[in-house]
Amino acid sequence: MEPKTPFTRFLREIWPLLILSVGLFLIVAGFQSFDDLIIKQSVTEALIRLVVVVGLFIFIGNSGLISFGHIGFMMIGAYATAWLTMDPMTKDIFSPGLPEYLLTHSHHWIPSTIAGGLLAAVVAFISGLALMRLSGIAASIGTFALFMSFYSFYLQWSTWTAGQSSLVGIPVTTTPWVGLIFSLIAIAAAFLYARSRFGLALRASRDDEVAAKAAGVSVTGERIIAFTISAFFVGMAGGLYGHFLGLLTVDTFYLPMTFITLAMLVVGGMNSLSGAVVGVVVMSALIEFLRRWEAGFDLAGITWDLPASSAEVGIGIAMLLILIFRPKGLTGNVEIYWPWKPKTVTTNVTKRQS
Amino acid sequence: MAYAFQVIIDALSLGSFYALAALGIGLLFGVLKLINFAHGDFITIGAYAMIIPSAATQATLFIGDFHPLILVPSIVGIVVVIALIAEFAVFRPLRDASPATLMIGSFALGFILQNLTIMIYGGRPKAVGIWSELNYGIQLAEGVQVPALQLIIIGTTLILMTLLVLFLTRTKHGIHMRAAAEDFRMARMLGVKANRVIMLAVATSGMLAAAVSMLFVVQTGILDFRMGVSLMLFAFIATVIGGMGSLVGAVVGGFTVGAVSILLQTFLPSEMRVFRDVFVFAIVIVILVVRPQGLVVSRAAKERV
Repeated sequence: MEPKTPFTRFLREIWPLLILSVGLFLIVAGFQSFDDLIIKQSVTEALIRLVVVVGLFIFIGNSGLISFGHIGFMMIGAYATAWLTMDPMTKDIFSPGLPEYLLTHSHHWIPSTIAGGLLAAVVAFISGLALMRLSGIAASIGTFALFMSFYSFYLQWSTWTAGQSSLVGIPVTTTPWVGLIFSLIAIAAAFLYARSRFGLALRASRDDEVAAKAAGVSVTGERIIAFTISAFFVGMAGGLYGHFLGLLTVDTFYLPMTFITLAMLVVGGMNSLSGAVVGVVVMSALIEFLRRWEAGFDLAGITWDLPASSAEVGIGIAMLLILIFRPKGLTGNVEIYWPWKPKTVTTNVTKRQS
Repeated sequence: MAYAFQVIIDALSLGSFYALAALGIGLLFGVLKLINFAHGDFITIGAYAMIIPSAATQATLFIGDFHPLILVPSIVGIVVVIALIAEFAVFRPLRDASPATLMIGSFALGFILQNLTIMIYGGRPKAVGIWSELNYGIQLAEGVQVPALQLIIIGTTLILMTLLVLFLTRTKHGIHMRAAAEDFRMARMLGVKANRVIMLAVATSGMLAAAVSMLFVVQTGILDFRMGVSLMLFAFIATVIGGMGSLVGAVVGGFTVGAVSILLQTFLPSEMRVFRDVFVFAIVIVILVVRPQGLVVSRAAKERV
């Protein structure tokens, strides 16, 4: 059925967004009906990771550069949000170095989360001015060095971040529904960005940097835009994460977090939004399954359990298997497409080989 | 004077660790265009291989108790075997993939190895006493005393580098390896066996990792599943600063990072000293942006970093 009316054309246009949003809503609503605290927490954590991974996708998927630095932005967003929302009494104890205004005021978590995202975006913009001139592996190493300097800085900046101990007393406000709303916003933003002038230009540079430059695309500029937008969402996810855990340690935002989020994106398919979402759903299910198995269950009178950190090993192996046997990820790097194909498929449009 | 001398020795011995680890990373990058994130975990495995698996905080030595003539080959053997398994299971299937995919693959491998270490040995750091008698001081001159261990580290590094240079310039396999690093396809056409060269490079890289792990454990006396990763991060920086794909660059970079770290440690005001690593990593970004080809440019640097 070829879409003819403006409505079906519009529907076809936003089809991936629609399917992903509705699917995600149904999954979350389904789990909510269990009314089980542990399930709720797992769902919330998965949704926060979804915001991170969609944020990662905005940059990695469109630019083709692997970033190891985004968890640094998550950390920046998380701490900035916590500084805004925490009770002045607790701030006095854990981060006495904060400026006068922050020490004496506390704000609602919604504007604070947005502010946290904005701070991450500003930091990303400034560092992007230098880093986004690099390409390929150099860009990855650059983001890695950036991540490590943020991490070491926050680890030692004890008057603000409580350093190697933790920042306690953050109000717990992130519920599964909050996570879902932020996920849907992030997915919509990523979808719209990918279809915007900027997203198209950036993807052109991903597929062929020289040709894109020749066609008048400012590769560095487009990369900086994507880097900034993605850092904004990852930063907000950090804020949500802090208000999910109720406490923050710098170590939360280290290599394991970097690895898990990157693995989710790679498993789903780095270059498509559907891949990012599918990756998070599948890998979260795998992690949850292995964690339960680590805790042990009874079957036929015997307790079966896996040794600790099996879940991490499982994630690593899943990622390697995908890289080796299905390098384009579970979704094959394509979006969920309109299911009603025209009967006669015209094949005279040859695909350009990269 | 004595103080300055101590600072120089400190810089050289720290730089030795970084240079050895950077060589291990640089070798693989030259031949495979692989940024090996798992190199640090090879180092960790070498260190943990010396003890009996247990959750205790005071480790019981196993291989670590053997005579050095058995100990050193056993540890080297274990790390080389792990590295070769990694080559067969991960790097070989990914050989035709893009450098970025290979890099993510090695990141995944490192993550797996690290968590396997936690699974087997537990996540808490362990104290381990091996050859601690080497930490006595040696009187070099009037008022100048340095730990013997630091001299041993510097000496071992120099010997290993000399051996590596001899291997690369004087033996058939070494020359093959250099040819492959310069232009892999051309070298294959001229009769260099790709698999053999890559396996040799992986094994050599594993040997260097084993050397680092033994020296490092003797110096710190602590086993931690993250020990290799932190060393690797600095070695990584060293290869970038030195110029990816250049082995001379890796060594130069290693000693540069060692010297910069020690100098910052010595001369930064005390309240800034804790931020030393921030400065080191910031310097990498500056070098990447200002001089992306590194200090020493290798002619073969196709993927320019």
